[in-house]
Amino acid sequence: MYRIVKKSELNPTVTMMDIYAPLVAKKAQAGQFIILRVDEDGERIPLTVAGYDRQAGTVKIIFQIVGGTTMRLNNKKEGESISDFVGPLGCATKTEGIKKVCIVGGGVGCAIALPVAQRFHELGAEVHSIIGFRNKDLLILEQEFKACSDKLTIMTDDGSYGRQGVVTLPLKEAIDGGEKYDEVITIGPLIMMKFVVATTKPYGIPTTVSMNPIMIDGTGMCGGCRLTVGGKTKFACVDGPDFNGFEVDFDEAMARSNMYCEFENREREHCNLFKKEIG
Amino acid sequence: MAVQPKKNEMPVQEANVRARNFKEVALGYTEQTAVAEAQRCLNCKNRPCVEGCPVNISIPDFISKIKQKDFDGAYSVIAESSSLPAVCGRVCPQETQCESKCTLGIKFEPVGIGRLERFVADYHNTNFKGEPVLPEQNGRKVAVIGSGPSGLTCAGDLAKKGYKVTVFEALHVAGGVLVYGIPEFRLPKDIVKNEVETLKKLGVEIQTNVVIGKTITVDELFEDGYEAVFVGSGAGLPRFMGIKGEGLKGVYSANEFLTRANLMKAYKSDSQTPVMHAKNVAVVGGGNVAMDAARTALRLGADNVYIVYRRSMDELPARKEEVEHAEEEGIKFEILRNPVKILGYNNPDNRRDIKNGFVTGIKVRKCRLGEPDERGRRKPVEVEGSEYVLDVDCVIMAIGTSPNPLIKNTTDGLDVNARGGIIAEEGTGKTTKQGVFAGGDAVTGAATVILAMGAGKTAAKAIDEYLTAKYN
Repeated sequence: MYRIVKKSELNPTVTMMDIYAPLVAKKAQAGQFIILRVDEDGERIPLTVAGYDRQAGTVKIIFQIVGGTTMRLNNKKEGESISDFVGPLGCATKTEGIKKVCIVGGGVGCAIALPVAQRFHELGAEVHSIIGFRNKDLLILEQEFKACSDKLTIMTDDGSYGRQGVVTLPLKEAIDGGEKYDEVITIGPLIMMKFVVATTKPYGIPTTVSMNPIMIDGTGMCGGCRLTVGGKTKFACVDGPDFNGFEVDFDEAMARSNMYCEFENREREHCNLFKKEIG
Repeated sequence: MAVQPKKNEMPVQEANVRARNFKEVALGYTEQTAVAEAQRCLNCKNRPCVEGCPVNISIPDFISKIKQKDFDGAYSVIAESSSLPAVCGRVCPQETQCESKCTLGIKFEPVGIGRLERFVADYHNTNFKGEPVLPEQNGRKVAVIGSGPSGLTCAGDLAKKGYKVTVFEALHVAGGVLVYGIPEFRLPKDIVKNEVETLKKLGVEIQTNVVIGKTITVDELFEDGYEAVFVGSGAGLPRFMGIKGEGLKGVYSANEFLTRANLMKAYKSDSQTPVMHAKNVAVVGGGNVAMDAARTALRLGADNVYIVYRRSMDELPARKEEVEHAEEEGIKFEILRNPVKILGYNNPDNRRDIKNGFVTGIKVRKCRLGEPDERGRRKPVEVEGSEYVLDVDCVIMAIGTSPNPLIKNTTDGLDVNARGGIIAEEGTGKTTKQGVFAGGDAVTGAATVILAMGAGKTAAKAIDEYLTAKYN
């Protein structure tokens, strides 16, 4: 069993937890992920590592409540335990030779983008961060991003905080304005990453995307997380989760990501996730 | 007394009943039938069956004990050589191993060795209440990577020799392919659990949720005081054909489909893990895994399940018994067919149509058998212009796996062959790295449970010799 050492709500749909898992904490690096099960007979879900404390032996996870399993996880209280927590899985984000980087995060993807930004900051790179949310209420990790970014731009869809608009807007402005990024790293909804890639491609700026497809074992056995990258079948769990954004078949990935939509809808109703009144 | 020419029949669930449930297909011998079957054994002098067994169980000896109704004694004989008798009695291909060598089999049907082994193991598991005698500990630590058939066998054999064995398992439960791959109806998960518990009683420690190569590396195991390491991490990433449409929704690897159904128990209505309950399913491949996937799809409620295989019935690599069971249950064999494309739904007028991107069919091309290849199997030759479409909503690829790169990539000095399999010496399992041994699918690529067990056994012996030599 793995104890929830700390739990806090970042916004009404996003929760942060520190889980006691010393073996994972010892090895975890930015860009890697873990797989957890909330309880016996629970589903295995991947979550990207949002931070770690090697001394305390804890790993930070940040998740959005989107379906049955994340609902069950969110129902767990501080001090309680979850059944399984395994990792760190996947490859760490590559940092070699990058002196100036633009990190583009969207929604809960910002939770995953943060340790990447922090890592580059530690390594002495110039970090520009662009983080986007639907509205002010959903904004997370503003202070943390501020602390590790040389420049931070916050975007909201409705303009309720920061600038109004999509994340590709300031990205394009920055590039056109003469910023020379060695790399753009984007983490967020597939559709956002697709457009970030479409923005950087004409300039030929190397762009890394962090893919988070459906997984089961996460160790290279089941093949559920396969993607088409550069025309070849790749597995996010062992080949990724980071990939060259110019080569990823986003349309296929987007189609595959909603394979179990109907099942999740049933689960949501079952859990009464949206707290509908029961008549 | 004249020998009964045929094996005593194994009672099974009726095909039309079992095709809709996940309970075990074969029900097992009664004491009476077991004794009757044991009496068919001629107890011949040269004991060819023992040679045919990858772990060399003293088959005539345990059968003699059954004749005497000494079922505990029979179990003790098997346990000397096998750590997983209840598993082997169910999933070993006896027809190509021990039973294929049976002297009685020259004239009649061979003795039902597998059925008897299963009977003895089940009898023991039901009736034995005592604790096994713990072997004297020698204080030396050995790490076993993977809790599948090779790992469990290796761990069991070393524990019996007094080693302190820790098994590291990546998943949340021990058993490897025995729990994620082989379906409940062929190998009930309680049986595996029981065998694992037996090993724990022998002092074997099992650490789940540890991925060697990620959570801990092989070199760190040595730093932690383990003096030898056995790599039994199994086969890895599923293969796909590289044809169009493999990214569509409703295309599974057999590993994923079976893992969802078996390990995650998606066949139960209250499971938290989803799996597609398809109506028409094509399974591509002809091995045991293909049969398991097809029969699982049927039990999940499919109306039509097709095995799409490019050679003929005679070349199917699956066990004959599995093919027969599948046929009885109504699996349709589209043999001499090679898939060329998977078709998907696409509504050009509505991009948000929820059916978009789901499988609607698989286009296959007819084949005929050509000249034998280097292994003597006749090669399928595609017949141009013979394509047609099978209407299916799910396609399961069961065409094998390629080795998992995790351990190789994180272990200096551990060499692999061109196919990515760990190079291990035949007869010892020794790898190119000192103190590291390997066996099972991680070395050979996808094979059978019993071959993996044989490799685990061989390696256990070699590890014992290696460590004994080290201290002498």
